[in-house]
Amino acid sequence: MIPSFDIILLILLVVTAIVSLRVRDLLSATMIFGVYSFLICLLWAEMGAVDVAFTEASVGAGVSAVFLIATVFNTSRNSSD
Amino acid sequence: MQEFLQQTIVANFNYWIYVTLMMIGLYAMISKNNLIKKLIGMSIFQTAIILFYVSLSVKGTTDEVSIPIIHHHQEEAEHADHGGEKKGAAAAHHEPHAIDPTKYANPLPHVLMLTAIVVGVAILGVALAVSQLLYKDYGTLEESEILAAIKELPSDHG
Amino acid sequence: MKFFALLAVSVTWCLLIYAARDFPDFAVPDSPANGGKVSNYFLEKTEENSHVPNVVTAVLADYRGYDTMFETVVIFTAGIAIMAILRMTPGGSTGSGALPPAVPRRKRTFDGSELIVSGTCKLLIPIIQLFALYVIAHGHHSPGGGFQGGVILGASFILLAISRNLDAALQRLSEKRYLMLASVGVLIYAGIGVMSLLLGANFLDYGILSQILPATDAAMARSHSMLGVEVGVAFTVSAIMFAIYANLSTAGELKNGL
Repeated sequence: MIPSFDIILLILLVVTAIVSLRVRDLLSATMIFGVYSFLICLLWAEMGAVDVAFTEASVGAGVSAVFLIATVFNTSRNSSD
Repeated sequence: MQEFLQQTIVANFNYWIYVTLMMIGLYAMISKNNLIKKLIGMSIFQTAIILFYVSLSVKGTTDEVSIPIIHHHQEEAEHADHGGEKKGAAAAHHEPHAIDPTKYANPLPHVLMLTAIVVGVAILGVALAVSQLLYKDYGTLEESEILAAIKELPSDHG
Repeated sequence: MKFFALLAVSVTWCLLIYAARDFPDFAVPDSPANGGKVSNYFLEKTEENSHVPNVVTAVLADYRGYDTMFETVVIFTAGIAIMAILRMTPGGSTGSGALPPAVPRRKRTFDGSELIVSGTCKLLIPIIQLFALYVIAHGHHSPGGGFQGGVILGASFILLAISRNLDAALQRLSEKRYLMLASVGVLIYAGIGVMSLLLGANFLDYGILSQILPATDAAMARSHSMLGVEVGVAFTVSAIMFAIYANLSTAGELKNGL
């Protein structure tokens, strides 16, 4: 675990989380959620939790984002807030 | 001195960021109008909690501490010992490859959080299915419009 | 309404930050979580109990195997629940009576512009599946194991469905087949446990299986049973990931997919 890398990743995490919730277009919100997922996977890999990082990379950025996109396509793409 | 100061700031800063992420997720779940945003908030909340648990398992910087996969540096002592596999052997035989637990990261939180991640994705799948059903019935995914449509319905006892 | 939510969240934030001052220091080897006896026992004794270097896989499949079995059951149940939820007929639910507005779908024009995507995926998908099988099988020595490999295998079928057509993926993994695959996965896991019961030891106690596996002692029997259990988990996870995608993207009908 490398302290300076930690701090940068944590600040980026908070920024990504806030942006993902403020964007009006649901497809963009899903994409940024995928970015959030990948950043948190990097953080875990840097902390030494390689199994957890592997699972989050495949599940969070791979499968979870795809489920959200499939639902957004079947429902509506705009959100009021 | 510099390292000590950095260690203290980084230590507290970590926990503040975890709490901030949790509160961002919680606020999204309470106050956002759109159902998909609520679900994204739920996932953010979940990953923040998992991050907190995994950070409990860190034991030091990467120079000293490695990942929880055991690797042996002394190959010859290994081969000599595996030739005669005695369980409960004398302590002298275990000396060459005694595993020092402070050199590996703590594996227990990793195991628990693996289950948590996979269960989280299952919950997300079911929640998305229910929101598709809501869209089919009411035509919208905004919470306020759905509540208004429910209030206007004639009384129905299903 | 939003103001009250913000107020409640801020109060909770302040309380949690105040509680965080009491936490043990970050990244020290003798904090209460790190210096406990259970983790140190796992780190010291896994190699000699079961010859598996990856301690996380060993704890997941051997020391906490009961947990992992129910996690597999949870994934299976979630897949079945999604199928059941999305196939409810509109007459039974409390709908408003009017049809919801139809989602406008773009017409797919097959003019060759999708040649790049479909050709690349045709080359990539076998490699992805091979890598998924490697991750499952090599989970004892490297990061990986049943879940990760199963999700990658499921994602390869989802890639086939996205790059070509949901029908192309359903031809290879029809509904009957993926349901059977998912059930067989859970059955393998529980079956290994019951086999230990039949031989006289506790449920999911793999050491006793050295009596029926040829030329192994108790430690190698544990290692092989861990591989069997991970294969079961991988079957279930891959089938259910594809099942959830197929049902979510077509609202249960498995026609006109994404």
